[in-house]
Amino acid sequence: MEWQWLPGHLDDLATATAQHLQLALLPVVLGLIISLPLGIVSVRWRWTYPPIFGIANLLYAIPSIALFVFMSQYVTGLSVVSAIIPLALFTLSVLVPNVVDGLKQVPDPVRQAATAVGFGTLRRLMQVELPIAVPVIVAGIRVATVASISLGSVAGIMGLGGLGELFQDGQQRDIPSEVFAGIVLTILLAFVCDVILVLVQRALTPWSRARKGAAA
Amino acid sequence: MSGFLNFLLPWLTSPAQWSGQDGVPNRVSEHIFYTVLALAVAMLLALPAGMFTGHTGRGGFLAASLANFARALPTIGLLVIIVQGMGIGLVPPLIVLVALAIPPILINTYEGIRSVDAEMKDAARGVGMTGRQVLFRVELPAAMPLILLGLRTAAIQIVATATVAAYVGLGGLGRFIFDGLSRQDYQALAGGTVFAVLLALVVTLVFMLLRRLLVPRGVRLQEKA
Repeated sequence: MEWQWLPGHLDDLATATAQHLQLALLPVVLGLIISLPLGIVSVRWRWTYPPIFGIANLLYAIPSIALFVFMSQYVTGLSVVSAIIPLALFTLSVLVPNVVDGLKQVPDPVRQAATAVGFGTLRRLMQVELPIAVPVIVAGIRVATVASISLGSVAGIMGLGGLGELFQDGQQRDIPSEVFAGIVLTILLAFVCDVILVLVQRALTPWSRARKGAAA
Repeated sequence: MSGFLNFLLPWLTSPAQWSGQDGVPNRVSEHIFYTVLALAVAMLLALPAGMFTGHTGRGGFLAASLANFARALPTIGLLVIIVQGMGIGLVPPLIVLVALAIPPILINTYEGIRSVDAEMKDAARGVGMTGRQVLFRVELPAAMPLILLGLRTAAIQIVATATVAAYVGLGGLGRFIFDGLSRQDYQALAGGTVFAVLLALVVTLVFMLLRRLLVPRGVRLQEKA
């Protein structure tokens, strides 16, 4: 492999990485904002879960390229938004089931205790059920984040920005080192985001560490 | 919805779409061929690995980390660099699709077998089963729902992603998508997409059927309870 392409293009790599971060992470945030209420509704009214889950799964089966083209041709034009909306829709098939599973595994005695000490439905949800569901929800966010970072490169070959543009350019001009740099940066980005999410989960669930400490 | 149908109908009903190399039947069968081949290779690699790590409990962390790493691989980038290395052919897209399918199969098999009720395993050993018998007669049937779920996820991901084979000059439904894109023929693009989604629905149905055939009645009853 020839490496002389790299030193002169560090700026391009930095720009592409920053763009990629935006186009891959914003969808996860949006997806979570959509999934939380959908998951809460699915747990509260059980009959809503099969259709919600079915639609989320069907969205996931649409080839990403087709959705990117559809968005950039007919809806939001050739901009990063045309990548963000499809990627956000793709996260739902992972995030909604995890929100549901997380909420479902809250032990009944805990729920009853919260009610007994006078928590209303909303306060119980915010202060008891959601915090207990955090590990399962974060597990879903981790999968969605890595998938979004990896899938985000497809948006690049459609000219929507990010690390995928390195693949497109590297293929057309036959520069393997450019493609290789894109792959390494994508994996690195996924790895760093994953580590950060693990740390966030630890910060959000201090009790899980305290219990381990007490047992030791 | 009816607007979309009106948009798509001329493409769907044109006779050119239904015969020859660039016809829907041929592209669908190419797509199914890539999917089945990739799923078979991924199963051959991931099922034994998941069964071994789940049964022995050894190497589970390594398997899960590798699978997570594989999830981060950018499909298109990987495909382009393999093609630059070894030229155009069936093998590069196959490698990419297999890499995509291994994580869900491996992790679900591992988790499914590992989380089989410990008392059930003890009972199996207690009646004199060997390790191999415990794995094949107890753990595998009990883990079947989770294993099938992993296989289904993998199959649906392959169906949606096999469209990239066309990016490096192969066939399949991706031909409609990429050719449609370069010729600005968005009807073809939408048509290819619709057939890819339909194929994913067929995959879902096939797995519902497999579930009926392969999950033992006892496990199904237990799940319902």
